[in-house]
Amino acid sequence: MQNSEESNEYKSAVKNLSFYYGTFNALKNIDMVLHDKKITALIGPSGCGKSTFLRCFNRMHDLYPGNRYEGDIILYPDNVNILQPKVDPIEVRMRISMVFQKPNPFPKSIYENVAYGLRVRGIKQRAILDEKIEDALRNAALWDEVKDRLNDLAFNLSGGQQQRLCIARALATDPEILLFDEPTSALDPIATASIEELIADLKDKVTILIVTHNMQQAARVSDYTAYMYLGELIEFDETDTIFIKPKNKQTEDYITGRFG
Amino acid sequence: MSKDLPRDKNYVGKLGYSYRRNLHERFIESILFLSALLSVFIMLAIIVMLVKESIVFFQHVSIWEFLTDTQWTPLFDDAHYGILPLVAGTVVSSLVALCVALPLGTIIAIYLSEFAPFAVREVAKPFLELLGGIPTVVYGYFALLFVTPLLQIIFPELPGFSLLSAGLVMGIMIIPYVSSMTEDAMRAVPMHLREGSYAMGATRFQTAIRVVTPAAFSGIAAAYILGISRAVGETMVVAIAAGMQPNLTWNPMEPAATITAYIVQVSLGDLPHGSLGYQTIFAAGLTLLLITLVFNIIGHLLRKRYREIY
Repeated sequence: MQNSEESNEYKSAVKNLSFYYGTFNALKNIDMVLHDKKITALIGPSGCGKSTFLRCFNRMHDLYPGNRYEGDIILYPDNVNILQPKVDPIEVRMRISMVFQKPNPFPKSIYENVAYGLRVRGIKQRAILDEKIEDALRNAALWDEVKDRLNDLAFNLSGGQQQRLCIARALATDPEILLFDEPTSALDPIATASIEELIADLKDKVTILIVTHNMQQAARVSDYTAYMYLGELIEFDETDTIFIKPKNKQTEDYITGRFG
Repeated sequence: MSKDLPRDKNYVGKLGYSYRRNLHERFIESILFLSALLSVFIMLAIIVMLVKESIVFFQHVSIWEFLTDTQWTPLFDDAHYGILPLVAGTVVSSLVALCVALPLGTIIAIYLSEFAPFAVREVAKPFLELLGGIPTVVYGYFALLFVTPLLQIIFPELPGFSLLSAGLVMGIMIIPYVSSMTEDAMRAVPMHLREGSYAMGATRFQTAIRVVTPAAFSGIAAAYILGISRAVGETMVVAIAAGMQPNLTWNPMEPAATITAYIVQVSLGDLPHGSLGYQTIFAAGLTLLLITLVFNIIGHLLRKRYREIY
């Protein structure tokens, strides 16, 4: 692989990544890539390290003492290892956004929730905010439902709407990578379907990494799938390959429901 | 197996009405109910006493005079019964105290809840709580004998008794109440809300101010209201350090009596029970109760308006 190719095809490359919660080795020597403007799913049984891995991408582990990264996560086209101590985690989070498992709107209006990322970047001009917020809400398929009540408290929305609001909030700052940590596990099937549809639509704009418990969801929305087990990356390939003819016996057992 | 289990025929296996169990439950329930009733009863008893004695007072002094007269000299030959000087003293000393306690208490709470490393918090919290455990009479002498002379270096014209000195020390005294409750409210904000903010690229400070504080608003409002009630009701510090002359002034640099200081003064004095001078403390007490009641109602409304939904 040449660097010029990497920068076109890949958004990010994970090289020999290990992660420790104190002395517990939660991720072991992971090598993987994120294809640019594609959806990559992380699957595996509970406790396999999927969420831990996802949270390395926006340096979320820096918030708690005792956590340690080893190895590289290279972000293209910069070709910079974002795990280096000299890289400010806030700069990383400015470019890599995240949507959480449970919808977590802030105790603010719908408008201010979406404006949050722009405001912490110091943007104050009303015209810019208005435009970005409308774009983000449209991209999150929420605009038509909330355009007449942008000043309502975000808590008044339904669970599915709140999650789409969180997606709009993450989109408003034009991130390069969007991380989803089981974004539908707290939602009913109808809201889940609308979020999945939304995620599939978003891949034209942004590279997506999604953790999911739900294998059908991985099969439905993703282009690439990584199967993890006990902190190790067991198999990583195109989603069709993983689900139709996995190379690894462990992956096959998990996919076919013999285990997990 | 079931043969081995100890069985009480009255309790197990009988599908009818169990008198013994029912009686037992009712007994416990009534004890709990009586305990709850006791606090309500005491509250009512205090109100009844205050109102009853105040009615006697207001038969001699009109409410209009009580609310508008600018002098409070019930013990003089030329007696005046205007509550305004005492209210002014209370308001001024409380305002000075709150100017100290609310900002400092909030800043300490934000630091302890959002910034302080575990070790610092574990040391700082007990010290702060210790500050709340110091007897108020000690704070009173601290104000009179230490803070006042210190302030006189900056303001040479400051008298030996002043609302400023009493208010400042009262503020320091209230800090632990405000900071401890505010911190509890902030720490109760769930982590996933903070993570949502950090994930958007916010700094610790932005997260604390823009997300955690509004999310904890109802708890913070409750902490502020408690602080205000403490300031208004505080007695010892103002009785010792603010002087006891009723003095209608809005200037914290002057000595003045507060409602509480006046009540102490009269309670300790040798006024005969039943005299009009003695009766004044009930009217003053009722006024104090109404003031704190208003703040508690405001606090209740604020809590309802901004109840926490995460």
